[in-house]
Amino acid sequence: MATLTESVGRKTLSHLDYVGGLSSQLWAALRAMSASLPIVGNRYRWKASVGQMLQIGVSALPMVGLMAMCSGFILAMQGASELRRFGAMHYVIDLVAVGFTREMGPLLTAIAVSGRSGSAFAAEIGTMSVTEEIDALRVMAFEPVEFVLAPKYLAALIMVPCLTIASDVCGILAGGIFMFFSTHLSPGLYLHYVLTSIQLRDVISGLIKSLAFATIIVHVGCLEGFRVHGGPDAVGRSTTTAVVKSTFLVIVADVIFTAIFYYFTGQH
Amino acid sequence: MAIISIRDLIVEYGGRRVLNGLNLDIEPGETMVLLGGSGSGKSTLLRQILGLERAHSGSVFVKGIDITRCSQAELRLVRRSIGVAFQSAALFNSLSVKDNVALALREHTGLAPSIIDLMVWMNLAAVGLAEFGHLHPQELSGGMKKRAAVARALALDPEILVFDEPSAGLDPIVAAELDELILLLKKAFQMTVIVVTHELSSAFRIADRIAMLYNGTFLAVGTKDEMKNAQHPRIRQFLDRVPDKMGKPSEVAASFEKYLRGEEGNL
Repeated sequence: MATLTESVGRKTLSHLDYVGGLSSQLWAALRAMSASLPIVGNRYRWKASVGQMLQIGVSALPMVGLMAMCSGFILAMQGASELRRFGAMHYVIDLVAVGFTREMGPLLTAIAVSGRSGSAFAAEIGTMSVTEEIDALRVMAFEPVEFVLAPKYLAALIMVPCLTIASDVCGILAGGIFMFFSTHLSPGLYLHYVLTSIQLRDVISGLIKSLAFATIIVHVGCLEGFRVHGGPDAVGRSTTTAVVKSTFLVIVADVIFTAIFYYFTGQH
Repeated sequence: MAIISIRDLIVEYGGRRVLNGLNLDIEPGETMVLLGGSGSGKSTLLRQILGLERAHSGSVFVKGIDITRCSQAELRLVRRSIGVAFQSAALFNSLSVKDNVALALREHTGLAPSIIDLMVWMNLAAVGLAEFGHLHPQELSGGMKKRAAVARALALDPEILVFDEPSAGLDPIVAAELDELILLLKKAFQMTVIVVTHELSSAFRIADRIAMLYNGTFLAVGTKDEMKNAQHPRIRQFLDRVPDKMGKPSEVAASFEKYLRGEEGNL
């Protein structure tokens, strides 16, 4: 019994330590963020941020676009197979348009960015920790959070919402293609139905989610990297852990945000 | 007044005491070698001097500032006067050698790019790498990496230059070249030099004073001659390269048999 209590206590403390680490890192990153801004910040950090934007955003665009197209088709086909029985095929448009702007777009983007960039952050910072580069930064009077993390965070805060919008567009486009071939609905009319079915608050709620997901992915990835001790195997483990934890936390955050929007902003 | 003062420094990892109440003064302009075997605590002591880890208790004063208790801003100020060449060189792999050396100059000084380029070239020339600035760290040999790390450490003209195991992983000729480089730099720039090593030949070549660490305590601190004449059994064992008592083959075989019979605990 004592062993079980001990084990539960140790696990609880470990999780609290992790959450504490994430919170203090987030606070430090927010304080250091001004250095990464253009004009008012440090030009080298801004340059690093632009590089990260290309990595996180531009390079991920084809993958996110393709994932969204496939998911758009799946959503439309699954919806149509049921709604057809009730003669409600036009609701497929609502399903795809609202589903993507509120939910599928932000979530798919977050999963793609978590797999591509979250793991890359953990691997990069983990390798820097193992090769003493993080210590070298500290003794050269640089703050690793400002030097390494802040440009990534700024880039993710800009690019993840952009990718989310691209994902929304691709998903809705896939729905349009499906509707064209299955019901001969013209693209112009499909666009009209899409614009009438989605509201601005759907888009805003999706973008708010994407900002939260970007924060989770960057901070979990970087914290896993900063906590690496040991050799290359530890870097490998941190990479896997970063993807697993960030994906899990993204889904948990999604439930929380969806519940908030459902109950407090009249999305029901 | 000592440039670095260590007072009653205790460091523990998970309840295990690694440094046990150390006291040491390092005078300006001297070369202090921290000598000791593997696991003696010398790298831990170095990390304390650099403010990279928290101590359990005690103080480390660098230029009169207690870096165990000072603010982050004060610590950053202190660190600008320290140059460090890490054991693994710790060069930033994403940057060229030239950019590694230029990094601190670009970020911490308001110097014009042309002046920074000149200073980078001078630092690389001082370590014999003027021709190799355009290369990336992964394109350099082990010795060249260490010299590049020295050039980076020299960038901000530090008062204190720290070397962590400079000879580790190098052949004797390159290691000797690095020793000569340390002596040359000290003579040219009049810096305080701290070297962590377990290489005896290197220690006795470059040191003004040597502090011998064993199990987290100083066995002796003194000049090269004082250390050579020390009579402490552990220092003699280290200097005379006498191995610890090892099990005889017959004892190992007996122990193994007992283990197989289950009379000894699992390995």
